[in-house]
Amino acid sequence: MLSDQKVKELETAANEIRENIISMLLAAGSGHSAGSLGMADVFTTLYLSGEVNVRAVDPWNEGRDRIILSCGHICPGLYATLAQAGYFPKEELMTLRKLGSRLQGHPHYRELPGIENSGGPLGQGLAQGIGQAIAGMRDGKSYRVYTILSDGELEEGANWEAIMLAGKLNLHNLTAIVDRNNIQIDGYTEDIMPLQPLTDKFRAFNWSVVEIDGHNFREIADALDKARAIFENPTVIVAHTIPGKGVDFMEGKFEWHGKPPNREEAEKALTELRSLGGKIATE
Amino acid sequence: MKLNPKLFEAEVERVPIRNGYGEGLMELGEKDKRVVVLTADLAESTRVLEFSKKWPERFIECGVAEQNMMGVAAGLAAAGKIPWVSSYAVFSPGRSWDQARVAVAYSNLPVKIAGAHAGVSVGPDGATHQALEDIAIMRVLPQMTVVVPCDSIETKKATLAGTVWAGPFYLRLAREKTPVVTTTETPFEIGKAEVFQEYGNDVAIVACGPLVYQSLIAAKELKDEGVEVIVINNHTIKPMDKKTIIEAAQKCGAVVTVEEHQVMGGMGSAVAEVLAQNFPVPMEFVGMPDSFGESGQPEELLEKYGMSVTKIKEAVRKVVTRK
Repeated sequence: MLSDQKVKELETAANEIRENIISMLLAAGSGHSAGSLGMADVFTTLYLSGEVNVRAVDPWNEGRDRIILSCGHICPGLYATLAQAGYFPKEELMTLRKLGSRLQGHPHYRELPGIENSGGPLGQGLAQGIGQAIAGMRDGKSYRVYTILSDGELEEGANWEAIMLAGKLNLHNLTAIVDRNNIQIDGYTEDIMPLQPLTDKFRAFNWSVVEIDGHNFREIADALDKARAIFENPTVIVAHTIPGKGVDFMEGKFEWHGKPPNREEAEKALTELRSLGGKIATE
Repeated sequence: MKLNPKLFEAEVERVPIRNGYGEGLMELGEKDKRVVVLTADLAESTRVLEFSKKWPERFIECGVAEQNMMGVAAGLAAAGKIPWVSSYAVFSPGRSWDQARVAVAYSNLPVKIAGAHAGVSVGPDGATHQALEDIAIMRVLPQMTVVVPCDSIETKKATLAGTVWAGPFYLRLAREKTPVVTTTETPFEIGKAEVFQEYGNDVAIVACGPLVYQSLIAAKELKDEGVEVIVINNHTIKPMDKKTIIEAAQKCGAVVTVEEHQVMGGMGSAVAEVLAQNFPVPMEFVGMPDSFGESGQPEELLEKYGMSVTKIKEAVRKVVTRK
């Protein structure tokens, strides 16, 4: 259970991460706003709560837990969190999507400390997580593997090949985190391609399921803790999130899936996010 | 060049190329614990069954799911393993190409991909199972190495060499019993083409895969009619041995490429890219002429689609007139 003090720290960090996401996307002029903001609290918990064994000072330690981002398009959220955790200087965040930057539009394996996979084309991350998990389990290593997927990406059939294999092999060192935000580029997931009953689908493939509020740090941390305690099979944490969380005019709107704010919208967003009071971080 | 002394005899040994892959894996299993083998419900056919029985802890049966298999291999490689992904080339890399591109090649991970049943000589299974596009789709990937061995002995050497080769590696395997061209002493080095026969300097035949045998037969028969050629085993399509290819073009002034693959985008195209930029000479291309195959016996199919000894000789005679 996270202490009140820890929750406060995480809240403050997540807020700063959200501000940086807005500033980065404005500077880049393209990129994905909604999912990046929506998953900020999950990213913050993964890298800053101490629940997961990853450390910026030793990013490639062999015993580290692996965090794989399958839905690479929300990398502004991942990059901002890695910078917040000290993996690289925050100033570099504003190079997102620019020529020569280590912050590629979709992540490139090991281009930056902490980037465990190349990702963007959907439906590839879980398979790579399985590979890491098999290697760890068969070599008797204690590291855990976390794979972050978007809900819309589950429409890719390759995911279900992966979900089948992980269930077959009882990979209890593997945890999938599904960003259940109900949106994708063209609309709401249940209109585009219904995913419900999502949790039943995972259970049918021999997975344990935990459902949480993806903006509640205690629930996120407790779910990670619970997944560690399950030795029978892999666990999926279905994190219910609000796309665009923290910026009122973006929240819940699929139109913000794949676009960045303009200057006016960014200033409005930063005012809402409070601490910067409408100032762009680079100013 | 030290080749099989029985090469031109009727009773030359015929061994499926994929057997060399299985033998290579068994040797690797003994000496390199990093090697793991994956298959998608084709353990026996791709010759990894023996490995799976001896080292079940280093084997992963993925079921009929090639995309996932390629991704799992990338994860294993990122964790320090050297995975061999084993399936038919039409499925992997045919169906798993996106994973090969992003999870493997872009990440520059040492995933080794064995694509079996390549070429029209797959035979009775028909067009769906005859991979004739795999060289093209793999050589176009940055950081990918592409090797097409000519017989089972060379396949074993390529399996061993490819395992310790840095980065992603594609090994193309044929199904049929293929005449054994090389011996254990024949040199094999990734990225180094070998002159297998040198009768004269009329034409250079640049071949890869099982058709190296047909090329050698064609060369011998051409010699009897007064056309003297050299035959190069160009097993590494990428990175190509430009020096050997350019020197052959300079020496002969005409080139015929021979492969069991679409002419478009295949080994011949790769040779043409090298020569067009360095030493252009007249070229003829023996390969699949922008067509799907069909069911039939391997020899019938090679004849019908223009990849037989007769067709190689025709191409040589034609290119001579263009010098």
